[in-house]
This record gives sequence, C-alpha cells and structure tokens, in this order.
Amino acid sequence: MRASYLKLLVALIALSLCASAAGASELDEVMGLLATRQHGRVEFVDQQFLHILDHPIESSGELRYDAPDRLEKRTLKPHAETLVLAGGVLTIERARGRRVVDLRAYPQIQPFVESIRATLAGDRTSLERLFHLEFAGSLGRWTLTLVPLDSNVKRAVAQVRIDGMRDQLLKVEIRQPDGDRSLMTLRPAASP
Amino acid sequence: MIWRRAWGPVLWLACIAIAAVVVARARYITDLSAFLPANPTPIQQLLVDQLRDGPASRLILFAIEGGDAAARARTSTLMLNRLRKDTQFSMVNNGATDAQQNDREFLFKHRYLLSESVTAERFSAAGLHAAISDTIDNLASPAGLLFKSLLPRDPTGELLNIIDQLSRSPSPKVQDGVWVSADGTRCLGLAQTTAGGSDSDAQGSAIDAIRAAFASAVGALPQVAAPASTRALQLKLSGPGVFAVAARAKIEKAVVRLSIAGGILVVTLLLGVYRSLPALGLGLLPVASGALVGIAAVALGFGAVHGVTLGFGVTLIGESVDYSIYFFIQSSRRHSDAGARSWQQLWWPTIRLGMLTSVCGFASLLPSGFPGLKQLGLYSVSGLIVAALVTRFVLPALLPAGFAIRDVTPLGDAIARCLLRFRRIGTAAVAALALGLMALSIAVLYQHRVSLWNRDLAALSPISIEEQNLDAKLRADLGAADVPDLVVVSGPDLESILRGAERTARALQPLVDAGVIGGFESPANYLPSLATQEARRSSLPDAAELRANLRQATLGLPIRIDRLLPFLEDAETTRHAPLVAARDLAGTSLNAGFEALILHQKDRWNAMLPLRGPASGKDIDLSRVAAALEAGAVHEALALNLKQQSDALYAGYLGQAIRFSLTGLLALTALLLIALRSPLRVARVLAPLLLAVLTVAAALALSGVQLTILHLVGLLLIVAVGSNYALFFDRQANSGDRSSEALTLASLVIANAGTVMGFGLLAFSQVPVLVALGATVAPGAVLALLFAAILATRTGTRAAASRA
Repeated sequence: MRASYLKLLVALIALSLCASAAGASELDEVMGLLATRQHGRVEFVDQQFLHILDHPIESSGELRYDAPDRLEKRTLKPHAETLVLAGGVLTIERARGRRVVDLRAYPQIQPFVESIRATLAGDRTSLERLFHLEFAGSLGRWTLTLVPLDSNVKRAVAQVRIDGMRDQLLKVEIRQPDGDRSLMTLRPAASP
Repeated sequence: MIWRRAWGPVLWLACIAIAAVVVARARYITDLSAFLPANPTPIQQLLVDQLRDGPASRLILFAIEGGDAAARARTSTLMLNRLRKDTQFSMVNNGATDAQQNDREFLFKHRYLLSESVTAERFSAAGLHAAISDTIDNLASPAGLLFKSLLPRDPTGELLNIIDQLSRSPSPKVQDGVWVSADGTRCLGLAQTTAGGSDSDAQGSAIDAIRAAFASAVGALPQVAAPASTRALQLKLSGPGVFAVAARAKIEKAVVRLSIAGGILVVTLLLGVYRSLPALGLGLLPVASGALVGIAAVALGFGAVHGVTLGFGVTLIGESVDYSIYFFIQSSRRHSDAGARSWQQLWWPTIRLGMLTSVCGFASLLPSGFPGLKQLGLYSVSGLIVAALVTRFVLPALLPAGFAIRDVTPLGDAIARCLLRFRRIGTAAVAALALGLMALSIAVLYQHRVSLWNRDLAALSPISIEEQNLDAKLRADLGAADVPDLVVVSGPDLESILRGAERTARALQPLVDAGVIGGFESPANYLPSLATQEARRSSLPDAAELRANLRQATLGLPIRIDRLLPFLEDAETTRHAPLVAARDLAGTSLNAGFEALILHQKDRWNAMLPLRGPASGKDIDLSRVAAALEAGAVHEALALNLKQQSDALYAGYLGQAIRFSLTGLLALTALLLIALRSPLRVARVLAPLLLAVLTVAAALALSGVQLTILHLVGLLLIVAVGSNYALFFDRQANSGDRSSEALTLASLVIANAGTVMGFGLLAFSQVPVLVALGATVAPGAVLALLFAAILATRTGTRAAASRA
C-alpha cells in the first residue's frame, strides 16, 4: 500500500511539473493494479469486421489468464477452439487437430495476443518493446492505445485499443491497416 | 654359381619395384565400407546404399550449446546465412521462417495438386459451401487471420490443409526464431551435403565449413554486451558423415601410431638380439617386402586399400619377422655358406610348412562376405608367402662375408633349463593338466554359449558410446530420430513408387487410427504421384461450372462471389498448368525431406515410409503392418526393421566366418597330415594350438567380452602363428638333434616376443576391431608357445632319458 502512496506522491509532483506526464503516471497505476492480479477469468464476445465479408463473424467463449504469461482463449461458439499462449508459443486446438505457432516466427500475429497478454500482466516493458503507448482517461475508466513499432507488424495491425476500468479489461479493438477490425467485449464470468 | 645366387635378389628387386609402383598409385579408403557387405541381397543393398550415399548419409546435425539463449540463436542465424551461400550444401536449415518463404510460394502455387482434400465433391456447390464456411470460421483466430489475405484466392483453405499434411511429421521446437532442443538449452540445425556420405574428403571439408561458419558467427557477436555469454558457446556436430570422418581420423591415427610404435619395438628387440646393424637391416627385408607386396596385392585385387587393412599390417610384422629371426639364429652356428645351406636343408622345410599352415588359416578369410576380412586375408597370404620366399632365396644371397650375430645359445640354454623343470612333471600329469584346462575352457564356453558371440553390428563401429548418444539426442530433438521400422516400396521408376507409397498410406491409415503405429512419413506427402495429381487436376470443374457452383455455395455465406474471382482464375490456371515434377521441389526445403525418403539405385527406385511408434510407447508390431499391406494388396511394399536387418546381416557374416574358419582348420589339418604323414604327430602339433584357442576364448568370455568377428580372426591367427612353434617342437622331437635345441628355443622365444609386441600394441588402439584382434592374439601367441613347449617335449624327454 505504501508503494501506492509513494506512486501517488510521485504522480502529484510529476503533475505539478509537467501536465503531459499525467497520462504516463496513470498508466503506471493501471499497470501496477493489473500486475497484482494472478488469475483472471472473463467471458468474451468477439466480432470480426472484415471488408471481404458482408457481415461480421461472431464468436464467444471464455478467456483465462494466469500471471505472468499464460493466456487461454476458449471459444465455445460457433465452433470449439482452444487457444493457449504460454511462453511465447501459441497452441491452437480444434476438433481437426492441434497447431503450434511460435510467435517470434510470426511477428504479424504477435500484437493480436501479446497486446492482451502484456496488458493483463501489467507488463509495461513488454508493451513498450512492441508498441508506442498512449494512455487516456483515469483509473476508473481508461483507454490504452497501442501502435506497433515494427514496420512489418504495422502491415498486419494498425492499432490496438483497449478500454478498461481499474484492473478490468472491457473492450479490445484491433484495427488492421486495410480497415478490417475485430472487437472483443469482455465481462466477468458468470460462474466461477 | 654367381647366377644361382643372384636370381633370387634380381627377381625380388623387380617384384619390389612393381609392387612399389602399385602401392604408390593405389587408392586408399578409410570409410566404414570395409564392414559393409560385398554381395548383398536387394534389402541389404538398400541398407548399404542408404548407409553409403543415401540422403540420410549426407545429413549433418549441428547443435550450439553454452552461452545464453539469445547468443545461441544469433549464432545460429549468422551461421546459416554463411552456410546458405556454400555450394557444398544442398540444404541448410535452422528452423528460421524466412527460409520457408520459397516453400510457401511453391505450396500455394500448386495447392490444388498437392492438397489431399482436393476431390470432385470439394468443388461441388455443397463441398465449396462447407470448405468456405470452415475457412471463414478460421478467420476468427489470430492464426487464421494470417490467411485472410489469401481468402479470395484460396477460399477452401488448401494451403492450410497442405501445411497440416506436412506437419504430421514431428518438427522441432522453435525459440527466438530458430530450432531448439526440447529443454531449450541448445540451438539445432541440419545441413545436407551435395557429396555422398561415403566421400570422406568432401564430408571433412563440409564439416570444416560448418566449424568455420560457427567461429565467424561467434566472432561477429557483440562482444561488449556479454563476453562471457559468447565465450562459452560450443558447436556439436553429428551425423553419418561426421562419424565417417571421425572414424577415419581415428583409424589413421591408430595406423600411424601403431606402425611407428610397432616398428620401434621390433627394431629394439632385433638390435638387442643381433647386436648388428646389417643383421637388423637384412632382418627387416622380409617384413618390408611382405608388407609392400601385400598392399600391392590388395590394391590390385580390390581396386582400393582400406585403412584398417594397413592397421592390420602390424600383425604381419608379428609373424614375418619370425622368419628372419629363425634364419639368422638357426643358421648362425657356422657363419658360412655351409651354415646357410644346412639351414635350408634342416630348417627351411619346417618354416615352409609353418608358413603354409598360416596361409591356410588366412586363406579361409578370402571367401568372406566382409570386404575388410577379404582384404586382410589377401594381404596376409601374399605378405607371408613373400616374406618366407625372401627369407629363403634373398637373405642367404645377401649375407655379407663374415656376417655374424650375437650368439644366442646362452639364452636358449637358459630357456631349456627352465623347460627342464616342466619336463620333470610326468607325462600323465601334463596330459591330465592339459585335458583339465581344455575341459574347463569348454565348460566356460558352454556356460557362456548364449552370450558368447556379439551379433550387434554396432560392436564393430569405431564410434564411441558418447558420440552415439549425442547423435540420438540431436535426432530426437530434431524429430529426425533413427527410426528402425519402415515400409519400403520398390518399383522401376519414381512414378510407380509414389503410387505405391500412396497405396501404402491408405493401407496403413487404419493402423494409425487403431494406435498400432503412431504415424508415418511418405515421399508422396511432398510430391504426390502424377496419377494422383492428374486425378486432382481433373476434379477441378471447368470455369463455367465452377462459377455456377461457387455462386450456389456462397448463398447464405457472408461473402459474395465477386470477392472470390481470383479463386476462379487460379483454379482455371491449374487446370491447364503442368503437373508438379520432382525437379520443381528444388530450391525449397521440402526437397531435403522428399529426397531423404527416396533411394534410386541403378534401375531400381525405392520409397521409404518410416513408421513412428504408437503413443503408448510400445514397439511397432511389424506383423500387423505386413498384414495391413497384405490386406491392402500393396505387394511392392515390404515392412522391415533396419536394426534387425543389419544385425541379421552381421550374424550371417559371423556364421559364415565361423564356417570358413573351421574349413581353414580342416585344410590346415590335411596339410599337416600330408607333410608329417603321421596322425599322432599332427595331433601333437594341433593340441597346443587348440588348447591356446580354447583358453583365450574362455578367458575373454569370463572377462565379459562378447566375441565379434574380429575375435574369431584373432583365434584363427593364434593357430596360424602358433603352428610355427608347434612345428619346430615337432621337428626337434623327431629329428633327435639335441644340439640345436637351445637355438630353436631362443629363436622361438624371440619370435614370440616380436609377435606379442605387434599384437599387444593393437590392444591399446582406439579402434574396436584392432583392439579385439590384439587382445586375442597377444595372449594366445604366448599360450601357444608355452603349451607347445610343455606338450611337445614328451618325446624329447624320452629321447633324452633313453640316451642318458
């Protein structure tokens, strides 16, 4: 707790020195809150808006997180699929079989999963390694905008926008440079 | 008179000159082919070809250990960039995906010919509907998004299907963009040489190139950041070529070292005995001539001389040096023409008989199926004959006037006094002791009869256990484990075996589903047969029909047909494009995978389908595989276990060698019967030899050594060398010439010392085949002399007693 006060104090001093630094300190606070969470379980509804398709495709399921780097996305509808990110390796399991993807081998997939994983972990260092960070709002209601740094990755993802409330993620929107986007809406899981 | 004396040396000089030219021009090989069969069955031929020059033999596995993960990955990347430009390699791979760009282009271009799911139904309205909705579902996952841009051209997701098809074979773990071991502690890579695996020079240069690439990669790492992390980096290499080069180095080292050490020892021995430099020079003439002619004979007879044969050359020193020892010592009583002549009358017949018995023994190696043994046989037979002839016809002519060596009579007398003690033991006691020892040895051998012979081909391998373990580890990590079980499909051309492989795959699929096998690889996964490709191509409807089907298929899907026009174009292009041929694979990393499963022999093609063990970890039941092939009527396919095959092959050789050795023993007995004309004398000559052989074999068995084919050769050599000793004692006992006994004994003991030195050295080499030989012959020769002395003196004692 003392650390939070200290942070607040530092934030206040920083605020008084330079107004534009306010976002940065709030970000630290959100990150700090997120970092203390060890586990998380939420339900998601994912919508893909692809220009090639006439209407969005929708999927839903459950998202589980275990600190610091395990993220599991269980899609239940329309088709069962389990996606596990652990140690930089993405394992995709479907009825037809299992596929293992090393994220480092596919930098273009990385922002799709790493943006969520690193945000959940409150891992600002990882986020800043991949993205330019922009923070807006306050602890009670914030928006984090991530813009990929790598030009290769930029070709796959234009930006990731995460809306949150304290240590909860509410929405993750991933925009692709061709205008396609996906929107994942999250809410706490109904049952434990 | 001059001419009678001179024809020997003149002929000898001419022979030596010719032999020297042959030896100088001979080809020397140092790979492991000496231990591969010469007259194989088709399956053996397959094994041998695969071992010798097959794609698997051209594979070099490398691992980078030590340092930290980032330094290892960076080194791996830098190494690969350099090796890719090297024309010595047909393929290098460390798992980096940029290398797979070519692969993806190739697979995408030919997707409708390569994908297993391409059937006529797939391009019906219903089939297209199912496939396209599946692909759209895929887009919801990040991995599926990779294929988003491909959707207009590949709405049925054939590229993903092909990638799934190919990834059925296990692939290594990837970390930091490169292959790593399961525990992540080393980076892995594969290089395939353009030269065959049996080309040790090319393999050596490829290995050097990999080492150089590693050194330069380590040097290029940013040293400032973490010098400690880069300094600890290590390169480990494995693979058939690496083994071959290591074996060659080992054999070469052993040959050089043994030759030098053997030479020094024998020279020291002879100098000590003769105390005369001319005598030393002359004494080495038979050995040198024998070795030279022996190598020349092998070069002429086999086209190439194997390194191991040269290693065995030391064994020849052991035996042929004896001849000059006998000559100098036994003819030294009168240093004159008369002395030499009396030697020729008194002793030469015995030496000649001894040489012929040795030749009988070695000649039994000639019909062996093992090229290494054949070479050893020819080398020894020709070398011994030449050494004996030089001793008989050249040495006497070259003896300078007033030639003298130290008198060894005192040495002989000392040995005789020693022997006298044995002679006090009664005949009955000696006979009982001999029979007891024989019975004991036979009992030990009987007790060890099951494990007496080592039937594992690996027993002959000069590769150390550590090296074999490293290889197994790297292979397991790379998913390139040496699978012992495979199905081989044979046919007259590539197309026929690819069709066979496809039919085999259909026959094996039920076994995969039932868990009898874990899975299998097939060259048809990389390149389907033309028939299959043709079937897929013709399953593509024409443009109008496909458009109609697609229009119907997209009803109810969130995609409109005008988005999928590129698909219609690509399908139409494929309908008129040529089928994929093997040469189209060139330039992709798929080529290595494909080639590794194809073996082309003169007019025979073989496709290999390695089987993976079931998930249960149990061994594959090959009889069920064979039954499945039978049920699927795939008659050109054969299920086999390579380890069993190669061990059976070796066991066959071992059995053959045992038979030939016994035949050699019979021939030797027949020779002795003709020469000695007395079964009793023959029995007396053979008894100490057999006793020595049995004792040595029993001692080896007792010390836990499993006998290999080389031990058998060693036992044969005990008989060959020991027969000389026994024959001298026989001559001694039957000539009644007591005065020469001291000289006989001295010459035998010195000759024996030479033999033991030569063979004893072999026991200290690093090459298992040489060790086996040395550890058998050195003690065997001592025992043969000892037993011959003890057993054969009975008559001598009686004669001495009657004179007394």
